[in-house]
This record gives sequence, C-alpha cells and structure tokens, in this order.
Amino acid sequence: MLTERLNTRNYSLFEKLKSVDYFLILIIILIGAISVFAIYSTERGEFSFYTKNHLLRLLVFFGMFLVLSFVRITFWYKNAYFFYAVCVSLLFITLFFGLMASGSRRWLDLYFLNLQPSEIMKIAIIVCFARYYHRIQTAEIQNYKFILVPLILLLIPCYLVLQQPDLGTSILIAGTGVIIIWLAGLNIKYFVYSALLLIVSLPFAVSLLKPYQKSRILTFFNPDRDPLGAGYQIIQSKIAIGSGGFFGKGFLKGTQSYLEFLPEKHTDFIFTLFSEEFGFIGSMMLLLLYILLIYRIISIGFYAKSFFSKLFCFGFASAIFLYIFVNISMVLGLLPIVGAPLPIMSYGGSSMLSIMLGLSIVMSCKIYSQDQISNY
Amino acid sequence: MQNRASSIEKSRLITRRVFMLAAAKLLLIGGITSRLYSLQISDREKYELLSDKNRIREWKTPPQRGFIVDHFNNILADNDRVFQVHLDLDQIKNFNNVIFKLKNILELSNNELKKIYREKERLKPWDTLVASDNLNWIQFSKLNLYLHELEGVKPVVSSSRFYPYKDSLVHVVGYVGAASQKDIERKDVIKENLVPGLKVGKSGIEYAKETQLIGRYGIKRYEVNSSGKRISQIDYIKETQGEKIKLTIDLEVQQLAQELLKGKAGSISAMDIYTGEIIAMASSPTYDPNKFTHGIGHKDWGEIRDDPLKPLVNKSIAGLYSPGSTFKPLVALAALEFGTIDPERPILCKGHKHPYELYGVKYHCWKKQGHGYMRLRNAIKQSCDIYFYEMARLLGVDRLAIIAKRYGLGSNILKDLYIDEKKGVVPNTLWKKNAIGKSWYLGETVINGIGQGYIQTTPLQLCLMTAQIANGGYKIKPHIIQDESINYESARFKIAKQFVNETADFSNDEKFLVDRDYKLYERLYRNPENIKFIKDAMFGSTNEQYGTSYKSRYDDLKYQYAGKTGTSQVKRITEEERKLDLDQSQIEYKNRDHALFIAFAPYKNPRYSISVLVEHGGSGSSGAAPLASKLIKKIIDRHSLREQIENGSTSLA
Repeated sequence: MLTERLNTRNYSLFEKLKSVDYFLILIIILIGAISVFAIYSTERGEFSFYTKNHLLRLLVFFGMFLVLSFVRITFWYKNAYFFYAVCVSLLFITLFFGLMASGSRRWLDLYFLNLQPSEIMKIAIIVCFARYYHRIQTAEIQNYKFILVPLILLLIPCYLVLQQPDLGTSILIAGTGVIIIWLAGLNIKYFVYSALLLIVSLPFAVSLLKPYQKSRILTFFNPDRDPLGAGYQIIQSKIAIGSGGFFGKGFLKGTQSYLEFLPEKHTDFIFTLFSEEFGFIGSMMLLLLYILLIYRIISIGFYAKSFFSKLFCFGFASAIFLYIFVNISMVLGLLPIVGAPLPIMSYGGSSMLSIMLGLSIVMSCKIYSQDQISNY
Repeated sequence: MQNRASSIEKSRLITRRVFMLAAAKLLLIGGITSRLYSLQISDREKYELLSDKNRIREWKTPPQRGFIVDHFNNILADNDRVFQVHLDLDQIKNFNNVIFKLKNILELSNNELKKIYREKERLKPWDTLVASDNLNWIQFSKLNLYLHELEGVKPVVSSSRFYPYKDSLVHVVGYVGAASQKDIERKDVIKENLVPGLKVGKSGIEYAKETQLIGRYGIKRYEVNSSGKRISQIDYIKETQGEKIKLTIDLEVQQLAQELLKGKAGSISAMDIYTGEIIAMASSPTYDPNKFTHGIGHKDWGEIRDDPLKPLVNKSIAGLYSPGSTFKPLVALAALEFGTIDPERPILCKGHKHPYELYGVKYHCWKKQGHGYMRLRNAIKQSCDIYFYEMARLLGVDRLAIIAKRYGLGSNILKDLYIDEKKGVVPNTLWKKNAIGKSWYLGETVINGIGQGYIQTTPLQLCLMTAQIANGGYKIKPHIIQDESINYESARFKIAKQFVNETADFSNDEKFLVDRDYKLYERLYRNPENIKFIKDAMFGSTNEQYGTSYKSRYDDLKYQYAGKTGTSQVKRITEEERKLDLDQSQIEYKNRDHALFIAFAPYKNPRYSISVLVEHGGSGSSGAAPLASKLIKKIIDRHSLREQIENGSTSLA
C-alpha cells in the first residue's frame, strides 16, 4: 500500500553513477585525509593505535557510505520511524547495559565496535522529522497537535542521552531538532516564546546540572577561576591555538598537544592541535572545506524533488554546521566545554559512523533526486 | 491540486528559511574567524610566550668555582665531586612519607631530620630543598636503587669546594658555605647564580674574590608535560668555571710556617721586599675549612669559636700587638733622619738599680744588670731600653709617628681582600687628642721608644716595615694575589730611578700628621746612609756576639740574615713582680710576654722579609727568632725555584 504512494522509477546503473556527487566525495576524502594526519600528529608522528584505528574506521565507513549511497531514498522514508525507534531502544538499553567510562554510560559493546547510540540518534532524529514534516501541510504545522508530536519525539532521546549523562550530545540533538522544526516552517513566534521561556527557566535548569557541569559553565565565563582545574582545558587550548600563529608551528611540531597539555586531543580538541600546527591559514582552509561540504549538501537539497529529501539535506547540513560551530567555539573558548566532536576529524567510531550514514543519505538524495514521494 | 500547491508553498518556505539559516551560519563563521584572528594573529606573541612557559622548564646547574692556586700552581682550593639529594618540594605529595623513606634509606640522624624540617619551613613550596649535601657512594647508590618509590627526590652529582691542604691556608684562602640571605643581598652575582645548595665564599680570598671565583651557572632546559614531568632535554648551557686566582703564596713555605706555629698562638708573615709578594701568611691556631663546606656541625663550630687561642682570627692582619723592640730600628731611623741623635753618643745603662727617670717615673731596661755604655749601633744590637727612652724623648712622638707611618705602620695593607684587617695605631699628639681627648705626656713618648704604650701593629705591618727598610727605604705594595705588572726587575728599575730624584720631603707628612697615600716605590728616607746604618745594626743583632738573636744566626752567607727581636709586655710589670724576677714559665699564660721577631734575608742583597709573632711566647730571642731562622732557610732554598716561575715557566709544579 505504501509502495503505491511512492512515485518511483527505475534508474540504470549509468544514470546512478552519473548523478553521484563527486565533488562531495572529494571534499569528504580531503577532510578524511586531513583528519588522518591530525590524529597521526597526536601520536607524535607514530603510526600506531589511534592513527591505525582512525584510518581503518575512515576506510570502512567511507566504503559503507559509498554502498549506502545507492540505497534508495524511499527506503529511508519508509523506515524512518523504525530507525528512530531502534535508536531510542538502543539508548534505553545503553542506560542499563552500557559501558561505563569516566563517569558516564554512553557505549554499547557490539564486539567489533563500541557503539555510541546517541551519535546515531543525531541522524535518526533528522530522518524521523523529515518524514514527519513531509506529510504535514503548511497550514497544519502551526497546529498545537502537530507541534506537540515532534516535541515529544525530540524530548525522549534528549532525556535519555542526558541520563547517561552526556550534556553535549543531548544539546546537539535538541539543537538539530529545533532547527528542523524551524526549517519545516513553524511560526517564528514559537521560537521567540520558547527562547524567553528558556531564559526564565535557566536558573532551575542550572540547579539540575551535575556539579562538574556547573563548574564547567562557570569556568567558561571565567577560565582563570581555576586555571589548573576546570579552566585548564580552555586555557591550554587557547594557548595552543594562539601560539600557532599565522602559519602554524608545522606538521608534527605542535608542542602543546605533543606535551600532553591538551586534554582529549584525539577527540574534542583535534581542532586545537590542527590549528596549532597549521595556524590561521590552515584553520581557514579547514573551515572552508567544511563550508563547501555544507554548501554541497544544501545544494543537493535544492535539486531534490521530494520534501523529505530537502528537509533531510537542509537539516543534516545545519546539524553538521551546528557540530562544527559548537566544537570550534568550544576549543576557542567561545562556548563552555561540552563533549562535541568535530565531524570526520575527531577520533571516534560512532561519530564517524553517524556522519557517514548521514552523508550516504544525502548522496542517496542526489542519486534519486528525481524520486517523488507522495504526501500521503 | 491542493497538495501540489501546498507542496510548492512548503518548498518556498523551506528555501526561504534555508537562506535565513545560511545567513546566520555565515555570521557565526565570521565570529569564529575573527576569534581565530584575534588568537593567532593579534595576540600571537602573548600565547607564544605562554606556550614556551608551558613547555619548557629550566633547571639551573651550580656554577663551578674557580681554582685558587699558589705561586707554583698548586691547587689550594679545588673542586670535588659530591653526591647530593635534592627534594623538589612542588612534586612531593606527602612530605613526611618521603622523609621517612629517605631516613631509612640514607640512615639520617635525628639532627639531620630536624635540619631538613627547619629548611622546609624556610623555603617556598616550589623551591628545591637540599636534603643532604654530601652523601657517600654507598648512600648514593642505595638512593638510586629506591628512587622509583620517591617522587620528587632527585639524586644530584654536584661539585663542591675541597681544600687539599686542609688547615694550612684557611686564613689566607678562606672557606665556603651555603649562601645565606645576607650573601644574596651582598652581591648580585650570587643572586644571579643562586641554585639550590650554592656555596659562596665566607672569608678570605673566597669571600673577597667572589665575583671572579663564582663562575656562571649552567642551564638545563627540559620539555615538560602538563604534570611537570621531564620529557626531553632541549638545551644544556654548560656551567662555566670561575676565574683561576693565583696567589703569591708559596705552599711549602706556608706549610712550614704553619707547622712552626703548631701548638702556639701566633703569626708568621713573609714577603718579597721588592715586589711586595706575600710568600707566607700563617696564623695559628688554625682549623680545617673543609668542615664548613657542607655546613659545620654544632660541636665542631663550638670548638673553633670558643677556643681561647682564637683560631678564627687571622692574627697576621687582624691581631694587634705592641711591636716591642721590633719597633726600635724604626725609632733609631727616625732619630737619625731628623738628626736628633748622634749615633756615636754613649748613653749609660745601669740596670734595675738605677733606672731611667723622667718626672719621677722610673723606666727600666729589660736587662737587670744593665748594658753599660751604649752607642746607637750597640743599643739596637743588644736592644737596650735605656738608650731608646732617651732617644725617643729627644725625638718626640710626632716625628716618630711620621717615620712609622711612612714605613707602613698604622694603615691597612690588604683591606680590599680581608675586611677583618685592623689598622693598628701609630700614636701622635693629634691622634691622642682626637681619640682620647687628652694631651700627650712625655712619658708616653718614652715608652713608645721601645714599642710599648699606645702603639699597636699587626705582624704583617711589621713585615712590611722590615721589607721597606731592607729594600733601602722604598714603598712597596704588599699583595697576595699575583700581579703580572709587578716583578723584581721592574721594581729594581723603578727604585733606581727614584734614587736620582731630589731628596725626600717630609713636610707634607708633618703638616697633617695623618695618613697619606704613597706612590709605589716612593722614597721613604732622607739619607740612604741612615738606612744602611739600621740594616748594619740589625746585622749585628743577629750575627755578632751579644746580639739578641745571635743564637739563631746562620754563618753560611747564603742564609745569613739580619733581624731584630722583640718582647712585648702584655701587662705592666709592678715593682713587686720586678723584685720577684720571675721566669716567663712561672707567669700565668695570659700574662706572659709576646715574642716577636723581624728579619730580612739574605743580608747581602736581601730579597725577603719576615715577621714572627708568638703570643705569650716569652722573649723574642727564644720564642720567635728560632722559628724565623728555620723559615728563612726554607725561603732561601726555594728562591731559585720561585725565580724560575717568575721567568715564565709557569708550569713547574
């Protein structure tokens, strides 16, 4: 019954290959290559554990991306809610059976990979919302009934992730959701109201935060409050970036990260290391690559026929921007430190998996851009 | 149809919002860019500095002290390798625990533990504490074995001062000890070089020549990680050794001098009469400077400090004594120069029964039976006090003071090196008015004539006086640090040049009656015949029968010297005591006379002068002259060796 509603046609292999976005692939390869060098540098130029793992994951997930790119976009449309439901269940399971590491329970041991379901949730929420808004008409969007449903869909994963606890990912999921709701066309007044509400409820929210989270936020406003404790990471990161200068200290010559002044240099602070070694110029180039990536995703959205595809592309592009913005602002001391990896660059399998999965759906939108998906 | 319209409208809406969002994104990217710009371009220098501070930590390594060598390049102050334990206080989490472990490993005593705790109180929490200065090899290797259990404990191989000749030169060379707050404030060079456990000079040359000796600290720069752990050494600027300081001292002569004084309190000084080089400057009792290097123990320090013979005082320059009869050659010289006495005039010495009387006060000669009729030469030779009472009365104290000052009494000699040097007193009428506030009495002049009363000299001053008589009456500059610009030939040349200049004028000295500066090799006499007369009289004193030091003479022309004994009273002799006529050995030690002796050698073509003082040593002829005699032989035996060194072959020893 569902199949009938989907206006599909058959594509020849040649057509498919022709419509593959090679420019997007090039950008991904470039960022991927840079990330390998950056991780390599965190290990002081030794091709060992982190570099090997990162390269392996990059290759595996890039292969996965290429394969999944040819999965028909209608597949994602059909299975959107199922995908969402699976991710929520995984999050639920994680709360009870997850692996405990440094005070939080975020990972599921899948034997070949420690999966972080919250990362996959980042994609699932976009797919789910894209599907949800695909079938709602503009007029209906402002209806309370149709506002409430996505809010609940959003709050469930956010709450579960917050329970792990993982404030950063939770905020990123929430942010992504809100952006999609905005893109879908919800009246601007709701956003203004919620923003006001948020400000009013902020003191209460703060009281619910864990002590270390509070301290992180306080420290953000004044890093010198505790230069060896919570402010340490911000200060060290700023020193590393600042000392990089215009041209940087050169590949493998970053002293701050090399000397272990940088915490979590493989993951959240990979940009710091990169920026220290390649300077302002390098950082600008990396930013430019990311902008091109986002631009490419958005332009794929424009050419896609179905609203589902459009909304996914725009949503995913915005999500990527959000991740990049939060991560870089964080290491630059513009935002409090919350765990937020830099897409592709950061070491971490789940994050890589999630980004590659998202990109493959984007590519699918491109390849099957002519697919019409009926509103009903 | 409606669906289609709705769909188009939705597409339009989403497009519009995407553009709005894109605009917002660009704005945010702009924000990130400007932040990057401010960090990496505007504030780059600030962060670079912070980055270097983060990454590089410096450790200063102690400077190497310069050697102090004698004339023959024997190393008098050497550097020795020592093993130390340093505690980096900022890296020690549980101090008590570490100290407990250290105590067991090194077998530290409770006293040492107390010292460590006291030291810790004094230090700042990031300082380095030198827990032990001088471990033996067994302790050091044991420490290295247990090092992994001791965080913040650093075994250090360092160098420290070592004095191979122990107590022979302590008064000349001095000693070192840990730099105190006072030392740090005293000299910038100490402050600059301050490293944990730095040793600085505390006395003598070590103290005076700190700037030259200290050297320069080295720097070890290490890359460290965030917990301060060293990762690799980036840079090692090696510490440099301080300058070598070459003394004019002859180690063997010095050692003999010290040996001769063993068991006595006193001083022996010897110098070259032309160059002013001090060959030996011994003071007794002495002590081992090595004890001070690693912090002297309480007991040892108490022993040295409380010794009644005062080993801490360098008696050659800081001991003040009445010169006694050793002053007589100068009194005679003054009388001759001012023409107040005819050397051929006989004066009768009648012994204790008929002493010299002035205004009802009696002045006795040392010789109970009296000398009979004495002329000047004989009076010097036999040291007749009566003759000198009369001569001093005729001369007057102010004229005597002029000559005494010209020959180097009453002024500092090595003050720039030894801050504890004393000037002594050469009294005159002006001095008494200023210092005591009373007028001068003639009786004081009379006893001044035999070197008693207000006059106070150091043994080194007496040595200088003798030297300047022996060299024919020319000013020399005594020095103990080798001065390349002064050598025998140039000294003789300059003296020869002085001789043709016009006669010396004493009017400047007379006018002020105070100290004045002298030119090097300035003429000190009016008539060279007077100097010759004095030298001849001193020859008689040692080499002719009835001379006071006849027993200590050498008949061998090579060693033949001329001297003058001195016996200086410590206490006024009362009439009762004079009647008892006690032997020196029957008198309490502290009341016994000081024995003095001055001499120059060889008599023909003299080169060296010597002064000997033995505190409470009895008479000069028995207590001091024999010591001088032994030392003179040694000095003359080593003369040709010394000359060789001076003639350029500096690597003899």
